[in-house]
Amino acid sequence: MTTGDPILSIRNLHVRFRSNDGMVEAVRGVDLDVGAGEFVAIVGESGSGKSQSVMAAMGLLASNGEATGSIRYRGAELLGLKAAALNAYRGRKLAMIFQEPMTSLDPLFKIGAQIAAPLRKHQGLSRKAARARALELLELVRMPRPEARLSSYPHELSGGQRQRVMIAMALANDPDILIADEPTTALDVTIEAEILALIAELRQRLGMAVILITHDLGLVRQHAERVYVMRQGEVVESGTKRQIISAPAHPYTRMLLAAEPEGRKAPPPDDAPILLSARDLRVSYDLSRGFLRRETALLHAVDGVDLTLRRGQTIGIVGESGSGKSTLGKAVLKLVPSAGTIRFEDRALAPLDRAAMRPLRSSLQVVFQDPFGSLSPRLTVGEIVSEGLLVHAPHLTRAERDLRAAQALAEVSLEPALRNRYPHEFSGGQRQRIAIARAMILHPKLVVLDEPTSALDRTVQKSIVALLKDMQARHALSYLFISHDLGVVRAMADWVMVMKDGCVVESGPTEAIFEAPQADYTRRLIAASIKA
Amino acid sequence: MLPFILRRLATAIPTLFVVVTLSFFLMRVAPGGPFDLERPLEAKVMENLRRIYQLDQPLYQQYLTYLGALLRGDFGPSFYFRDFSIAELFAQGLPVSMRLGACALALALLIGGPLGALAAFRQNGNADHAVMGFAAAGITIPNFVVAPVLQIVFGLTLAWLPVGGWNGGALRNVILPVVTLALPQIAVIARMTRAAMIETLRANHIRTLRAQGLDGSTVALHALRASALPVVSYLGPAAAALLTGSVVVETIFGIPGIGRYFVEGALNRDYTLVMGTVVVIAVFVLVFNLAVDLLYALLDPRVRLD
Repeated sequence: MTTGDPILSIRNLHVRFRSNDGMVEAVRGVDLDVGAGEFVAIVGESGSGKSQSVMAAMGLLASNGEATGSIRYRGAELLGLKAAALNAYRGRKLAMIFQEPMTSLDPLFKIGAQIAAPLRKHQGLSRKAARARALELLELVRMPRPEARLSSYPHELSGGQRQRVMIAMALANDPDILIADEPTTALDVTIEAEILALIAELRQRLGMAVILITHDLGLVRQHAERVYVMRQGEVVESGTKRQIISAPAHPYTRMLLAAEPEGRKAPPPDDAPILLSARDLRVSYDLSRGFLRRETALLHAVDGVDLTLRRGQTIGIVGESGSGKSTLGKAVLKLVPSAGTIRFEDRALAPLDRAAMRPLRSSLQVVFQDPFGSLSPRLTVGEIVSEGLLVHAPHLTRAERDLRAAQALAEVSLEPALRNRYPHEFSGGQRQRIAIARAMILHPKLVVLDEPTSALDRTVQKSIVALLKDMQARHALSYLFISHDLGVVRAMADWVMVMKDGCVVESGPTEAIFEAPQADYTRRLIAASIKA
Repeated sequence: MLPFILRRLATAIPTLFVVVTLSFFLMRVAPGGPFDLERPLEAKVMENLRRIYQLDQPLYQQYLTYLGALLRGDFGPSFYFRDFSIAELFAQGLPVSMRLGACALALALLIGGPLGALAAFRQNGNADHAVMGFAAAGITIPNFVVAPVLQIVFGLTLAWLPVGGWNGGALRNVILPVVTLALPQIAVIARMTRAAMIETLRANHIRTLRAQGLDGSTVALHALRASALPVVSYLGPAAAALLTGSVVVETIFGIPGIGRYFVEGALNRDYTLVMGTVVVIAVFVLVFNLAVDLLYALLDPRVRLD
């Protein structure tokens, strides 16, 4: 509950953006209160206006945006203030960290100087005093080797470390409110858990309020006291965490809560034929530098992996970024050079060159993570979906290809009439359906799914998972399902391989891995991703 | 740093060798020779001249002789300016051209950079439109139009400045040619700075600065440093071109620089003069590109010299 008067209160906030199609209203009449020291979460899917609401408070709307209504901090109106007047509040009373730790720091300035800037501006500290305080702040956010980090540049830090720097900068002037806009979406699950634990701990120690903006109800469950649920620019429901989680009133909240992927996949029968097997698979990158490559260095992205995939089976490959899971997926498709043996049905793939691989390609398909980057913006959806037929079924006429494209789109539950439109007219989930249709039109036997649901909202994710499982059952497909998201893997896969630093640390039937993980690393991954 | 510089200088030598070789033979492929006048010389005189300047030897022999002399730092005698060696011509002309070019470059940076930044901060405002209009004019109006207009306005009508002449490099004499040279560079630099600034001002790290309540000057400082990177890359070739003189500007203002040597040398088949100019320009290009790489590494910590 709110204790005393709220320190931040938003009333009837509207945010509009001028666009070529006229005004677009991103936030429609939002009311929101934050009490001193309170942990408030704003939950919603992409496009719900949850970020824009706080961007308006911070004066950070894009230049074509305008906000009306009222945003008061301890009684003082923030909306409509000029940047100079607003600077008395932002960075001092209200601080913010962002979703993109990789790009939120200036690459050309040292960490120490960047943390010192708000200290010198708002507290008028000398260069030396600011540096001393910056060091304290880095220690506060538990940055490893803080002294050395003061002189580092952002590119020398990992994503998690950069987010720690962002938090240190935000805390520089002891703010009353820390706004965290999807602070961990771009980070691995174990790092996510660390960063959120840090924010929660700092809130306790420093007594500040936290506004966490997230699409992930798991995070809300763990940390928040009060929750606002937003949809299409409006708050549809708000209340204490207990109310929202255990007795949601609005159907949308219920849908969000039910959106955790569910269901389990039964393994294929033991006598199912082996479709793909790999033995001692290795992929190395040459990192040699220097004149005439004096410093030789090899990065083993995949380091001796064995894999057996049966017909109708789904192997989930999990691990954090840099674990080699995507490289493994590319290696079995021979999209990157590798050492070791790969057998597909009864053929060894290793000796085949590109031309010899081509007839097999229709059986080996792939769906990528990025539904925005993996579809050509200059082809219609029909052309994208049927493009593979030009190579693998050249005898088809244009009309026959068009018919096949329509069928393929219908199979992924997209209106076939949409095939004459271009990708930018579709949402992320629809685009991923298009990418799946493009793979399925060739009747593959094996599909490598490389984080196919990671860029999508939870509710959309759930429908894509259902679609993939349905396709698998109908066509007896085998999947290699690569993901860092253990919840989705648990719903999709009947066998799991856990990868770290290019090696498989543990593998086994899905339930065994989740119920009784053997390796420490697996236990940490599971602990970090199951947010009860 | 030092090994990088040494390595780059070492790789410049083969580049120079190729440039010299190609120019030498291309020059000789052109018909005619340095002593072909409208009224042909007597055969005997011609023969003597050719022998004195060693033009009677086989081409490869001449090439080797030239290369040998070049290695000793000897650019040879001029064929056209009979009493001068190439080294003497450059000793007189190069400092003049370099001084003009350096002034023009400095002016272009001092005016073009701030103009571009101003336009970016006031994107789509009146200031932006004014700067972009000026830049379009600066790029499209050729210097052989700008120069006479300046001469007429400031030299004749207002009579503030001399119409031409070098006069030992007096400030009054330098202003008009420097402005003429700088104008298109101001335009290009303003446009590049503006484009880079607009991009940078939208970047996430600038948003971070705003979220921290830092004032406009801090934001501008960060944005300017990031926007300097593309401009710096452009400056290398631009500096090399400016410092080695401009035919048009030096001819119109009657300035004894080296800009006109390239054209005059080529027209008169003054083989050694053309070769000398080629070598000087090539060296400038190589040196300034190296300087740009060093400056770039200084500005951007992500770039490593190795």
